[in-house]
Amino acid sequence: MKISRQTFLQMGLRMSGVAALAAAAKRVVAAVSKTRWAMAVDTAACARQPNCTKCIAACHQAHNVPTIPDPRHEIRWIAKVTFDQAFRGQEDEYSPLRAAPAMVLCNHCDDPACVRVCPTQATFKREDGIVAMDFHRCIGCRYCMAACPYGSRSFNWSDPRPYIHNPIPEFPTRTKGVVEKCSFCSERLGAGRPPACVESCPEKALVFGNVADPGSPIRQLLGARRHIRRKPEAGTGPEVYYIV
Amino acid sequence: MRDRGLIWSGLALFLAFLTLPVWHNLSAHVTAKGPEPVLPKTQKQCVAPVEFMKSSHMSLLLDWRDSALREGSRDYTTADGRHYQISLTSTCLTECHGAKADFCDRCHTYAAVSPPCWDCHLDRSPR
Repeated sequence: MKISRQTFLQMGLRMSGVAALAAAAKRVVAAVSKTRWAMAVDTAACARQPNCTKCIAACHQAHNVPTIPDPRHEIRWIAKVTFDQAFRGQEDEYSPLRAAPAMVLCNHCDDPACVRVCPTQATFKREDGIVAMDFHRCIGCRYCMAACPYGSRSFNWSDPRPYIHNPIPEFPTRTKGVVEKCSFCSERLGAGRPPACVESCPEKALVFGNVADPGSPIRQLLGARRHIRRKPEAGTGPEVYYIV
Repeated sequence: MRDRGLIWSGLALFLAFLTLPVWHNLSAHVTAKGPEPVLPKTQKQCVAPVEFMKSSHMSLLLDWRDSALREGSRDYTTADGRHYQISLTSTCLTECHGAKADFCDRCHTYAAVSPPCWDCHLDRSPR
């Protein structure tokens, strides 16, 4: 069969039309069944126990995070920092948030800078919004650490194993030369459990849920209470909300 | 024929040199035996046929890694319909193979390979 130039072009147009339709259908399906994990921190509830570090202990135990005494080599998945460190640029002098340290962790941004710069796609964004890491692929270039506006990432300058005192075998450790950060407990979510920090908080100050679902408790909380986010001007769309 | 002694001793030296590997193996107790991994006592069937696991367990583990981390799916269905949680430590070691020293290490040491799995993944037995 001989194909004329006209039929060839028509065939090409039809095929690209089908591909565009398929892509649109995929987007519709994704929009309907969307999950977008996010966290809200009830700062007033958190401030009731300013010296509490249960969330940090639970997270670091669950993920074999080493306790390294040298602050330059410290590994942190979740931490408590001062108002000025957490909300740089927020100049509210009399903000109630100044009363107690702020709980900070990876913001699992909508448009994460770390994912953009990672040369090996070791850091990637999952369908449910979690900014996840594949430690197998991390080459330790630390571009993500430079890109992250929140300092949520830590680098293993030495073998972390000697600093992990009671390792739990179910979760791997990391090696020297690998970056790590909070994973929103994706391994626990997969098993239907809430993140370790949320579970351990004695004041129930951490609310975790699906913000894509208008009926979810976190959406209702965010709809009812005033809240701020860390450095929204960075344009990354952080998904950890601080209720004022 | 005055060089008879020299010739015979040279021959003997040459033969000794030629058979050096034999003597070395005998003195070092090298045998032709293969590795002897400790097989699971309770389970009889792995997640795939034994021959496949022997030749391709590394590819299967890489597929497991991508499935668990990239696709977020931690459930593995075998060809004959059994389900397993995708986890090196919690499934392979805990449910069947016990300590890595008795199973993984036996063949890896024999084959002189050192896969980096255990740089991060933990053995059941505390270090």
